[in-house]
Amino acid sequence: MFAYIVRRLFLMLVTLFGISVIIFVLLRIVPGNIVDILFDAAGFVDPADKANIERELGLSQPIVIQYLHWIGGLLHGDFGYSYVSEKPALEEILPRIPITARLAGLALLFSASIGIPLGVISAVHQGSRLDYALRVVSLSGLSLPSFWLGLLILMASVSMFGTMPIFNPNPTTWLEAFTIYAVPAAAVGFRSAALTMRITRSSMLEILRQDYIRTARAKGASEAAVNYHHALKNAVLPVITVIGIEAAFLIGGLIVTETVFNIPGIARFLVEALRWRDYPIVQNLVMLIAVVVVVVNFIVDMLYAAIDPRIRFGD
Amino acid sequence: MSEALATETVLDVKNLQTVFFTNSGLFRAVDDVSFSVRRGETLAIVGESGCGKSVSALSIMRLVPDPPGRIVGGSVMLEGTDLLMLDDATMRDIRGNRISMIFQEPMTSLNPVMRIGDQIIEAVRLHQKVSNKEAWKQAVDMLRLVRIPEPERRAQEYPHQLSGGMRQRAMIAMALACRPALLIADEPTTALDVTIQAQILALIVDLQKRLGTGLILITHDLGVVAQTAQRVIVMYAGKKVEEATVEALFETPLHPYTRGLMASIPAVPSPDAKADVRLVEIPGMVPSLTKLPPGCAFAPRCKLAVDRCRQAYPPLEEARPNHWAACWRAGETVEAS
Repeated sequence: MFAYIVRRLFLMLVTLFGISVIIFVLLRIVPGNIVDILFDAAGFVDPADKANIERELGLSQPIVIQYLHWIGGLLHGDFGYSYVSEKPALEEILPRIPITARLAGLALLFSASIGIPLGVISAVHQGSRLDYALRVVSLSGLSLPSFWLGLLILMASVSMFGTMPIFNPNPTTWLEAFTIYAVPAAAVGFRSAALTMRITRSSMLEILRQDYIRTARAKGASEAAVNYHHALKNAVLPVITVIGIEAAFLIGGLIVTETVFNIPGIARFLVEALRWRDYPIVQNLVMLIAVVVVVVNFIVDMLYAAIDPRIRFGD
Repeated sequence: MSEALATETVLDVKNLQTVFFTNSGLFRAVDDVSFSVRRGETLAIVGESGCGKSVSALSIMRLVPDPPGRIVGGSVMLEGTDLLMLDDATMRDIRGNRISMIFQEPMTSLNPVMRIGDQIIEAVRLHQKVSNKEAWKQAVDMLRLVRIPEPERRAQEYPHQLSGGMRQRAMIAMALACRPALLIADEPTTALDVTIQAQILALIVDLQKRLGTGLILITHDLGVVAQTAQRVIVMYAGKKVEEATVEALFETPLHPYTRGLMASIPAVPSPDAKADVRLVEIPGMVPSLTKLPPGCAFAPRCKLAVDRCRQAYPPLEEARPNHWAACWRAGETVEAS
């Protein structure tokens, strides 16, 4: 088990290195840099001025040097400066993290706390009207893009209440804070809840056919104990994997949702920074997201081992 | 059979009928089957796959999956209570407590994510008001009783860490944890290595004697029947076709199907026999339960079948004292023997 963790940690580092190279190269392939964009906006081009600014920002150096400069800085805790605001990148990114973290956490919470129980209910009542209704709802959850759902929610809110939830960075009450985050989180989380429900359902159906479920019934266990204690504990394994993968998808969903709901989190900030080719911000943000996704997947693997003894002892 | 052993009836099944509703129609998996088991007695139920043995057992446990199956008639009296009349909660109190069951597949019958000890504890705590610690002690004692070495350590382990034979022992420990009045063993040794089979069988019989449990042993292996049972019922296509003591059945099998089963036991040929001794088989196949012939279900495969057999189902009659058979020609067989 210890060897397994060490190997996983090493693989995480390799993955992060690969991501850093990819994001760095991709950013340089995108046509234009911040200097081009600024000069285009100004309407005239003095090549000497342009070259000067490019030199100042370090953009004239060979790409490999630029990369080493970035990574070297990262390892020393130097995240560079935003090209746009000229503030330290860290100062720009840090205050936005809690906003997005709350949104993502809440969305994942919705997805697990709604998706898993509904999946169990759907499987236990397979073929019933309830099952069909839940399956239709979950299918619509999978088919609706989150930004579209977000827009629908906003429009419905305006037409019904004449107002819509507006982001307030300093909510006064706990309830206000919850409402601010809950609506966009529900818009993003609906999709994962739907997916979680479907995976839970099919996994439960598979497990409920197993011999040990019959053994549990033969012992005299109640239906609730059979479903939640014996079956769900086995059925939840693939669900955990899916939730781990969903954590990555969630960030993609958040980018549009934060834009739709006008929430100043890192996801929307990333889109803005991309438009200005603000390399330090984009690079560091993408790395941050990559670290989160990799860590979440690591946690998922550890959870897997914690739940399934065959993995824990099999290694 | 000794007098003292053969007194109290633990289980009395009368006219049990279990049907399945399928796309190809209704079929009677268990059709008007009656039998009883006394305390400490072993009743073997014998027959080919699909003859209704396992469904009979699941019907007693009331674990027939519904849908598609349903018990539509008869009574199952356990220690004087009709199980078919009980509500679900009362039935749960009986399962694992007064009746237990061991299944065919030890490899898959234990929950892979729960420790062996915890699975036995569950059986104990569902029916007895004991502390977790006390239940754990009982679980370890049960593992010791089924002769699992190092029971304290094994109780901490997960099913995948145990061999098939060990797992079946753990299943037996779990089934007997509450000292049930009746144990149903559904082909308990079929999935095991031949060397382990005899050990597990000996263990079941030994514990049954010690605890005075009534045992229903479901099997298709007549060798197992001869070793362990006192009485046998033979089932074919959902019906009981013969019932007798083991001695009587092996001495004079009355139903042609029973004779066929016995003839198909492979024998080790003697050294001077011709090399190509052909294995005896029963011709034909078990009929589909949705398309049973009007008369005797075995008639299409039976060498002795006459017109009467194809027209009317033979009643189960006591052809010899304590020996019943459902065959129109059983009387002739008795005379010939």
